[in-house]
Amino acid sequence: MSLRDGPFQDIKVPLTWTAAVAVVVAAVVGLALVLGDRRATVQGQAIETARDAFDRVARPVSGVLATPVRWAGDGIDGVRQYFFAVSENRRLHAEVADLEHWRDEAVALRHDNARYEALLGLKTDPPMSMVSARIVADAHGPFAQTRLADVGVEAGVRPGNPVMTEHGLVGRVLGVATGVSRVLLLTDVSSRVPVMDERTDSRGILTGDGSGSPTIEYLRGEDPIKTGDRILTSGDGGLFPRGLPVGVVYQAVDGNWRVRLDSDDGPIDNVRILLFHDASQLLARAPGLNQNNLPPLAPADAAQVQAQANAAAASSAPPTAAQAAQLAQTATARATATATHPATAAANTTAATSSHAAPMTVHVETPHAPRPRRVTVPEEPPPPPPPADDNGPPV
Amino acid sequence: MTFVPAKRPLEPQGWLGVPFVVVVAASVLLTIPVRVFDVGLPEPVLPLIPAFAWAVIRPSVLAPFLLILLGVFLDFLWGGPAGLWGLSLLAAYAAILAARPMLTGRGPLMLWLWYAVACLLAFSVGVLLTWSRTSQIPNLLALGWQAGITILLYPFAGRLIARYEDADVRFR
Repeated sequence: MSLRDGPFQDIKVPLTWTAAVAVVVAAVVGLALVLGDRRATVQGQAIETARDAFDRVARPVSGVLATPVRWAGDGIDGVRQYFFAVSENRRLHAEVADLEHWRDEAVALRHDNARYEALLGLKTDPPMSMVSARIVADAHGPFAQTRLADVGVEAGVRPGNPVMTEHGLVGRVLGVATGVSRVLLLTDVSSRVPVMDERTDSRGILTGDGSGSPTIEYLRGEDPIKTGDRILTSGDGGLFPRGLPVGVVYQAVDGNWRVRLDSDDGPIDNVRILLFHDASQLLARAPGLNQNNLPPLAPADAAQVQAQANAAAASSAPPTAAQAAQLAQTATARATATATHPATAAANTTAATSSHAAPMTVHVETPHAPRPRRVTVPEEPPPPPPPADDNGPPV
Repeated sequence: MTFVPAKRPLEPQGWLGVPFVVVVAASVLLTIPVRVFDVGLPEPVLPLIPAFAWAVIRPSVLAPFLLILLGVFLDFLWGGPAGLWGLSLLAAYAAILAARPMLTGRGPLMLWLWYAVACLLAFSVGVLLTWSRTSQIPNLLALGWQAGITILLYPFAGRLIARYEDADVRFR
């Protein structure tokens, strides 16, 4: 028996009510989408997968639509260059003459810098690889400011990679799929980037609000910045490498400190994606940064460590033979290094009190000895940071 | 003797499907990265046009779900959080649907005013959702720019309404 033949056959629901129910159901769906669009949830992963699929489809479509626009732009540039070639040539000559002075100064400074780095034994960041990409779609509303770039996972791009033009920082990669990346601009309302003032080294957070000029928040200190200061990425938190150019500070009419972005100096049609994920990548690519460069122990401390290690090894219930042997070996090696170190005499007084050389006391429990015994070992370096999440750090 | 063009029948593919496709295509076109005198293309929220017109033409079961689809499409196209525009469009649609008895038979200027109210309501919901997600209110100037351009596009909604509002006199 169908519903039409039953007792409800004469009931007619007004269409307005039905439409209202449909609105409520659709609102529930929308609310579920809003709540589900969170990272590290099943729904969030499903939405991210859908986004990636959407971007994969959108890239060729937007690419085809953008091609005639790009051709037209190139044509207009060609005509402009033809008609303004003479004046452009004069301007470039003057600019080259001016830049020669800066080139000489840069060469001298680079030489000095290299000497200072060698003298101080500084570990500098290793060179960073990058890929070029073309922007094929642009969204610049108050709620979302993103762009679609035409390279993806096949080029090694990962979420979190910084994106730049030849002028300055543009944003970072938000999502990536095959052949396409979604770039979150610095001006997006959810963008947060740690930055610093080049003049005062004071730190702040560059906060997008959907306008063309993001604000700087969480500034500390008295007069930490002033109009005209240059803003760079600080590298704090490991999200971005340190020193990427961001823009110039000015005080807006609302009293907020805002940044006129360097990337606005030219069209954002071709970008470079730095294959930088976070600080752990630098550690992995520079093995020297992982080495233990602790200063040598003073002879008295080294002898004490060795004696304790020997006592531990000679005891009836050693923790483990391998551990005791390792302690003895470490003490011997450091005592030897102390004897042969060129700055032993000067370091003897400071190394003993240095935080690097401060011994650390640990309790070692063994199955044979129910009571924990005190064994003093040199302080170990902190463990390396855990690998970053593929979704990138939260903003 | 004058001929009055016959009103279009209320076929779903006509009053729902065609605007849906046109809005999707136009939204994609407006994401082309063009800058004229350092200004990009305007970025109106085109789905607000059918959201308003569909509510005025007649109540519908399909329309809310199409609006959710359009909203998700906008979120994915612009890279915003999923559901933001779906809920915003639905809020505007529901408000106009509730106020529909007051709207039928009104002149174009009054409808334009109601359309502006619907747009502002949708943007308010967007601001609320964004604030709840990022603890940040979008810049008012950017909001006003996008809302203003969207409100200026009322003639397209008016044209859609004029085409279909008399197609089924039961809903007048």
